[in-house]
Amino acid sequence: MNFVMPDFIPAAAEIFILAMACVVLLADLFFGKTNRWLTYFLTQASLVGAAAISAWLILNHGGDIMLTFGNMFIRDLMADFLKLVVYLAVALVVLYGRGYNALRGLDRGEYYLLVLFATLGMMVMISSNHFLTMYLGLELLSLSLYTMVALDRESARSTEAAMKYFVLGALASGLLLYGMSMIYGATGTLEISGVAGALHNHMALTPVLTFGLVFLVAGLAFKLGVVPFHMWIPDVYQGAPTAVTLMIGSAPKLAAFAMAIRLLVFGLFDMATHWQPMLIFLAVLSIALGNIAAIAQTNLKRMLGYSAISHMGYMLLGLLAGIGVDGGNHGANAYSSAMFYAIVYVLTSLASFGMIILLSRAGFESEELDDFKGLNKRSPWFAAMMMIVMFSMAGIPFFIGFFAKFWVLQAVVHAGHVWLAVFAVMMSLIGSYYYLRVVKLMYFDEPAEDAPIAAAPDMRFLLSVNSLAIAALGLMPGQLMSLCAYVLTGGQ
Amino acid sequence: MEFKTFVFYFLSTILVVASLRVITARNPVHAALFLVLAFFTASGVWMLLQAEFLAITLVLVYVGAVMVLFLFVVMMLDINLERMRQGFWNNLIPGLVVGGLILTEMVLVLGAKHFNLDNVPNPPPAAAGYSNTKELGRLIYTDYVYPFELAAVVLLVAMIAAIALTMRKRKDVKWVDPAAQVAVKRSDRVRMVSMPAEKD
Repeated sequence: MNFVMPDFIPAAAEIFILAMACVVLLADLFFGKTNRWLTYFLTQASLVGAAAISAWLILNHGGDIMLTFGNMFIRDLMADFLKLVVYLAVALVVLYGRGYNALRGLDRGEYYLLVLFATLGMMVMISSNHFLTMYLGLELLSLSLYTMVALDRESARSTEAAMKYFVLGALASGLLLYGMSMIYGATGTLEISGVAGALHNHMALTPVLTFGLVFLVAGLAFKLGVVPFHMWIPDVYQGAPTAVTLMIGSAPKLAAFAMAIRLLVFGLFDMATHWQPMLIFLAVLSIALGNIAAIAQTNLKRMLGYSAISHMGYMLLGLLAGIGVDGGNHGANAYSSAMFYAIVYVLTSLASFGMIILLSRAGFESEELDDFKGLNKRSPWFAAMMMIVMFSMAGIPFFIGFFAKFWVLQAVVHAGHVWLAVFAVMMSLIGSYYYLRVVKLMYFDEPAEDAPIAAAPDMRFLLSVNSLAIAALGLMPGQLMSLCAYVLTGGQ
Repeated sequence: MEFKTFVFYFLSTILVVASLRVITARNPVHAALFLVLAFFTASGVWMLLQAEFLAITLVLVYVGAVMVLFLFVVMMLDINLERMRQGFWNNLIPGLVVGGLILTEMVLVLGAKHFNLDNVPNPPPAAAGYSNTKELGRLIYTDYVYPFELAAVVLLVAMIAAIALTMRKRKDVKWVDPAAQVAVKRSDRVRMVSMPAEKD
């Protein structure tokens, strides 16, 4: 009966977000009907507050590793940094989605609440040092996202997408849990650092462990949305309201990255020779299928969904390059390149879905490729912004997306998988076709309509800043990369 | 054979047969009832493992609440059995192949080789007067308070989600709020219109 009170300071941001979510719930219940701006304002305020707490933790504790709640919660520099990026992404999601939701009757209190709870789920995942909390964080995130997809109850397409997402997501959670229970059976602990220690010290690699690893990787692949576990991505991206697609396509990728690195690299590193081939398999298939299937799409959201599949494949390349063919450890460089890729992808994804929202108006979704025809004549400024985003996604030199791909491929080459890098470059060339097609439609085709862009000024401004940031970061990618490396090594 | 071993095999046989009947029973109500039986026997097995709290919870929550609800839903839905059976024979072969593969793998991995008593020894027997329920409660509210709270948040989200997705305001009802009816004023009902006099 010796219970030590846990230290609440490392988890202060999570506690704050949870408390604020309850405040938003009550505030919306009592004042929300006529004052939805209050809900919106409180949501943004809670994100800003949590950002302040995380920044304070970074300033005061730097690279210290703090464990609390019986070692289930870990606070390190990577966790706080990733959380800061998550707050930024979620704040942009809420801001971009506001006008869109208002026009479609989706501007309900539940939207903001679910966004906050999803954020909490991501934070729990990012800071998890225990299979149990990792799973609970994932469920919290997934459950919020399933509901958000179905929030537009009148739309049959959204309901179908939500159903698919829910069924496949539940299956994936089952796989993940099964894998975790196998690993628990083999190592006798659920704590990620404990698993790593058990593997490192005395563990022979029994079939039980390998079996568990297969299920764990399969569950992870489902959540990342990589081939052959990608079936939900195109339907969900297309079927969900764009404001929700924006959410699904951005911040959760960071949480998935954190989950992958915590489980595979921090937990099961001694099995890297086992999971590396699995990740190569997943990455090769995703990059190939994502890029080739995207060419055939006429719906921009669906196309971006396939593009997300291929991008996650590239991110996996960074994760798998930690161990070289010769068995050497190239970890620091490889993992920071994967993290860099994830952050860059989130930024560009936000801008691309933000563009779709910007061009939509009441009763019009602007999600077909043809809706972008002749955008240059309608709005030269936003055509240029969209061009930046597409160039960055395609990986055209001197946009940030190019450096993301470049460093990931460099890590792969360092690890000795030259064929893999060559394949990825070829596929990236194929992939640039469909990104450049959007640019061609915008600049060389006649506009199909001439409706003016009807978006709020704050959205126009921040979307421009977001797109320009993609261009500006491309001019100084080294800083962000060294920041990622600094964060991953715990501030050394 | 020791009495405990006999009870274990007795319960396990019922459990396996009941679980098989859940997926083979033609009538969905029967399938649900077999599931109830499976839960009951599983809780008996847990009782043998001295996990009495979990055993009681399984009966109370799953049998008492979840399955009753489930039965109601099954009875209320108009399930077309013919349509459900469509494609059974087409899907049988791939289903059997995948199922067989998974079964072989699981037998190989979970077989006695890795989980025998040498690798996973019996836990030491509990002291007299040891309360499983009390220990569980102590752990949940101390060491495992963080995942416990998270599970509570997941339930809160589930509640919000259920309300957000299903609550509808009906627009076509003719019900009038009595308070509004009583508080009505003349100006709400009668509008004075001043019209210029016309002559022709």
